[in-house]
Amino acid sequence: MSRLEILKTYKIYIGGKFPRTESGRFYTPKNGDKALGNICLSSRKDFRNAVVAARSAFGKWSGATAYNRSQVLYRIAEMLEGRRAQFVEEIILQGSKKAEAEKEVNTSIDRIIYYAGWCDKYSQIFSAVNPVATSHFNFTAPEPTGVVSVFAPEENSLIGLVSSVMPIIASGNTCVVLACENMPLCAVTFAEVLNSSDVPGGVINLLTGKRSELLEHMASHMDVNAFLYTGTDKKEMEAIQKLGVANLKRIQLKDFSKIYSSEHETPYYIEDFLEMKTTWHPIEKIGATGSGY
Amino acid sequence: MAKKTIKINFDTGWDLAPAPESTGHIQINNKYDLFIGGKWVKPSSGKYFETTNPADEQKLALIAEANAKDVDKAVKAARKAYDTVWSKMPAKERGKYIYRIARLIQEKAREFAVIETLDGGKPIRESRDIDIPLAAAHFFYYAGWADKLEYAFPNRKPKSLGVAGQITPWNFPLLMAAWKIAPALATGNTVVLKPAETTSLTALKLAEVIKETGLPDGVVNIVTGAGETGAAIVNHNDIDKIAFTGSTGVGKIIQNAIAGTNKKATLELGGKAANIIFEDAPLDQAVEGIINGIFFNQGHVCCAGSRLFIQESVYDIVIRKLKDRMESLIIGNPLDKNTDVGAINSKEQLTTINKYIKIGKEEGAEIYQPNCALPKNGYWCKPTLFTGVSQSSRIVQEEIFGPVLAIQTFRTVAEVIDKANNTPFGLSAGVWTDKGSKMFNVTSQLNAGIVWGNTYNKFDPTSPFGGYKESGFGREGGLHGLKAYLKF
Repeated sequence: MSRLEILKTYKIYIGGKFPRTESGRFYTPKNGDKALGNICLSSRKDFRNAVVAARSAFGKWSGATAYNRSQVLYRIAEMLEGRRAQFVEEIILQGSKKAEAEKEVNTSIDRIIYYAGWCDKYSQIFSAVNPVATSHFNFTAPEPTGVVSVFAPEENSLIGLVSSVMPIIASGNTCVVLACENMPLCAVTFAEVLNSSDVPGGVINLLTGKRSELLEHMASHMDVNAFLYTGTDKKEMEAIQKLGVANLKRIQLKDFSKIYSSEHETPYYIEDFLEMKTTWHPIEKIGATGSGY
Repeated sequence: MAKKTIKINFDTGWDLAPAPESTGHIQINNKYDLFIGGKWVKPSSGKYFETTNPADEQKLALIAEANAKDVDKAVKAARKAYDTVWSKMPAKERGKYIYRIARLIQEKAREFAVIETLDGGKPIRESRDIDIPLAAAHFFYYAGWADKLEYAFPNRKPKSLGVAGQITPWNFPLLMAAWKIAPALATGNTVVLKPAETTSLTALKLAEVIKETGLPDGVVNIVTGAGETGAAIVNHNDIDKIAFTGSTGVGKIIQNAIAGTNKKATLELGGKAANIIFEDAPLDQAVEGIINGIFFNQGHVCCAGSRLFIQESVYDIVIRKLKDRMESLIIGNPLDKNTDVGAINSKEQLTTINKYIKIGKEEGAEIYQPNCALPKNGYWCKPTLFTGVSQSSRIVQEEIFGPVLAIQTFRTVAEVIDKANNTPFGLSAGVWTDKGSKMFNVTSQLNAGIVWGNTYNKFDPTSPFGGYKESGFGREGGLHGLKAYLKF
């Protein structure tokens, strides 16, 4: 007798845990006629819980040393490498050819390594010591913006997710991501990778569900500081911009359609979710400029 | 036995003799038209409004009111200048024009300073020593960037945006115009600028300077008017970038208006800065810094240190020193070189400030104002501090934009960081302590774009300025101020 296969339950990922959606609802994305699974249809409440988790994780993650964050990102890549076969299989299940699936997983791993390397370098690129004309020491250095809402790209399952999230967390931000609606399998499995690497719970929270339901909440939440939109739908973009006004969200609209292009490997994606802080302090009388109190 | 307090008696009968700056040297026209395409153009509506001196309510000049039609004319002139001249000019030549502007401002510094004080009410000491020199320095700094932009953005190719629409506030009229125009020109953009309606004069004088430099027609256009003129700029569909400095309320209206368009924006908005003084601070310098933090420019400063946090152990002594220092502030004629606190910028703003003072009293806070006489005419407000306020008081939460300080106490570092960050704003902050490790701990935890350690309200063209959270986004000044006017 052949063995009965154990089917996987796809859940969401909030605060380092794998709950089902509190709403108890699901949807069934398909590849052709073939159902991919019963996927959680996340609710507004799930999103709000995820924001709470992301906000509580922010202090520790943004306060971690850059070296530490760099190693944690590297660890994600290690874990993904170890489970590449599973991701290749899922991507094929979602409709890709084997070669495509392998390319997607390989590029994803390499891209994580790319951003792992930036964690302890980007601030040297974006900082400045400013030669002010008074007797002050004055420098500008970046800090992470805070909690970021993310719409992962719709065109792919893993590479878009990785490319949008890694630059955000590299600097110490935390995020709540809505996975690709029609191909959500890899996102959920990627959460398992995150869970088994050393990413603290709450740094990346992954929801599955519908953009049409969650857009309003993800763009308007008052404890979310920024929004990354990866797509080209003009209506969605305008809605996000308008809803973000209430707390002046930093909104980044990016076209992720050419996801394999090297344009998606850049420290300027990290810069998109940074705030520049300028600090002044007097220098006791030097030269002719006098004391700066 | 009643506690004895020693109070310094300032009523010595010795007053400083008046030392007013002369107004004889300056030239103000009776009437100013719009500066469009390098020419002075009458407003299509034929309407003019008065600009007055807030220190004596006397009329200074008539200013043209630009409507949407005029703004359209200005944008067309800016677009034409961008397409035909400015975007094609070698960057080095572009820079040389900006250097010329800087030099001419320096040459006419005294005239600019006096007009700034007449039109806005700020002490001549501030317009002479801060506003005007910094405005010139800003042009000088950005002029040099014009042909060096590639060095600011590793591995990228910066390109200008096109036409920038710029809206400036009334608290630092010429300086804010410089903050806007200098980086825009250096990065190869052309400009339509609207100064605030109560303080248009120095921007119009700047237009004269710009004409004198021979800057190609239409590269800088200056249109005057109030909110509707600003809205016409924001909503014009041939503008590529909006740069706005002003209130958070208007900033949000702008962000909403440009949603769904390709316009880029930088918003420098309101603030409610925490100025934190620890028991180990150099107290005399700290008190000077607190005074400068809140009473500089009558408190009409977005980064004003309007919330003071005093560590409990030094509360009494700091309050006593503060009150003593307030008694010695000289309030009055802004043109007098000894004046510390000038006139409130407008009747409307005075009404707003008085409303908040009333709210403070109604909320049960204790008010203190120095014992000083105010001039009869004009708009005046005594330097004011409130003690006994709570974190939820409106005078603690909302931006007043006047010489009103709300004072709270704290015991621990963690407590004061929580309190300081508990506001939707995030523009600036101040920290006073002589302990370096404590200083860096606190400055790195404050959510603010500018943090002053053992100093306050310092500005420099090389130093980026801008906020976190609802204080806006984008930076002005320094290398970081270039990015907002470029695409890659």
